[in-house]
Amino acid sequence: MNYVKIAADQCKGCRVCISTCPRHCLVVGSQFNSLGYQNTVFVGEDRCTACGLCFYVCPEPGAITVFRDESPEKESGTKGESES
Amino acid sequence: MMTHTKPDAFYDTFERKGHNDKNTHYCPGCGHGTIHKLIAEAIDDLGIRDRVIFHSPVGCSVFAYYYFDTGNIQCSHGRAPAVATGVRRVHNDAVVISYQGDGDLAGIGTAEIIHAANRGENITVFFVNNAIYGMTGGQMAPTTLQGQKTLTTPLGRDSVRDGLPIGMSEVINALKTPVYIERVTLSSAKGVMKTKKAIRKGLEYQVDGRGFSFIEILSPCPVNWKMDPVASRKWLAENLEPIFPVACFRDSCTNSSAVISARAALEVSELTEAVESSPAASENAGHLPFMGDDQLISLLNGEIPLERLETIQLAEDQLVKIAGFGGQGVLSGGVLLAKCGIAESLHTTWLPSYGPEMRGGRAYASVILSNDEIGSPVVDNPNVLIAMNTPSLEAFENDVVPGGLILVNSSIVSRKVSREDVQVLYVPASNIAKEGGLTAAANVVMLAVYLHHTGKIPVERLKDIIPATVKRKEFVEENLKMIDRTLNYYDTHFRS
Repeated sequence: MNYVKIAADQCKGCRVCISTCPRHCLVVGSQFNSLGYQNTVFVGEDRCTACGLCFYVCPEPGAITVFRDESPEKESGTKGESES
Repeated sequence: MMTHTKPDAFYDTFERKGHNDKNTHYCPGCGHGTIHKLIAEAIDDLGIRDRVIFHSPVGCSVFAYYYFDTGNIQCSHGRAPAVATGVRRVHNDAVVISYQGDGDLAGIGTAEIIHAANRGENITVFFVNNAIYGMTGGQMAPTTLQGQKTLTTPLGRDSVRDGLPIGMSEVINALKTPVYIERVTLSSAKGVMKTKKAIRKGLEYQVDGRGFSFIEILSPCPVNWKMDPVASRKWLAENLEPIFPVACFRDSCTNSSAVISARAALEVSELTEAVESSPAASENAGHLPFMGDDQLISLLNGEIPLERLETIQLAEDQLVKIAGFGGQGVLSGGVLLAKCGIAESLHTTWLPSYGPEMRGGRAYASVILSNDEIGSPVVDNPNVLIAMNTPSLEAFENDVVPGGLILVNSSIVSRKVSREDVQVLYVPASNIAKEGGLTAAANVVMLAVYLHHTGKIPVERLKDIIPATVKRKEFVEENLKMIDRTLNYYDTHFRS
């Protein structure tokens, strides 16, 4: 499966990725992150194509990482991943 | 498999506001972050991170050097293309990026961008157009739309009062030299992907040495446009794009200007190589002796052997200040000394300073002679001061380093040097020159005394230089005689 990893504390909640995703895999989260924004949450496990559009439109360098043919459990630490 | 992640051309953490910070300083939904990401990815893909010198402007993107793990220069407002030109000319290998906003490029730095483009500098310019001065709080920019409300146009931009928005791509397209001009937009995902391609192409063309690329990127400024990030992209598509049409204006890697530009770059690099591999450049090979035209012709005809001289080793750099009033030959005296240094293959600088008057104003020249490269041509504390008149002695006497040498033109300066920790020679230079029939040669008298007394450079060199430097050829002989006259004076008055 494909998925998008959101570094919650790097998201400024602009929602451009949400409006861009052609398969509606991203939604506004209900929690506030450490910056005080309601960060984006990935909900498209069953439909994400790993096209990367969310990555390109996102203004934050490290907020979004896109994985193809991989499950969220196996992920290793990636550059830009939020550690807090 | 990770398919899209933070490019390596970014720093891991951005230490602007705090340790371990990973966020940019940009507002939510700002276009800069997206453009940064596209540029960083292109740098990764092309493998040019170690060669990139990123020129950031004044504006919101002023802090780009906190983000890009490349070479960085933050330029004064609007001057990035001028700074980039300088970098381009001295770093053959560099990939030079100028990143500018619309206030910076189309307003403050209009002249710089036009001329850099017209010279066809082999650089890539990313022009971020959001139709407003963002960092300062949303004032009208040259690109602000007709009727658009800003802080300085609260009722909307009025074309009668403020003119109409400038299409910079169209302006640049009026020039013949640039090789690639394209306007792209961040209004949609499709636009972002086209932007990605344009950015990459602009950098590729530079790497290939093709010439000047200009990529205008229409970018949202949600905060100053007073709308949310998603709505700002819609507004951009509906309002900015009709006025600034998204299009490729030029993509001509084969046109004549590109060829000229590439050829010019090649010539520069060949020239640099020739200079770097020349005998004078390597320390021990020695340098050619000073030769007049006749000797050079003989050398080229093989009539005289190629001779190499060892470069003089100066015990300390010579920081010379020649000061007086305009007309005393202060500046030309500096030129003569500098040319003596060059003839001896020393590193040499000459920096003149003078008032607007052609005659009679304050004038001084700073000359540095060194065995090493010279960082700055400014001489604040000379170890040799040649004071041609009283005000010059007043002004610079106390700047001379202890143990330095002061030459005083005692024909004009009546007082003595008050310091005791410097060596002083009182030379009646103007009188010697007058007796020799050429009052204007007081500078030559002083230089002859300086060279002869210190022995830093043979006085003979001054004799070699004068015929090639003195503009009025009828005075060459008199100048040369003046040197002998001076040496006679020196031997009778100082060598005892």
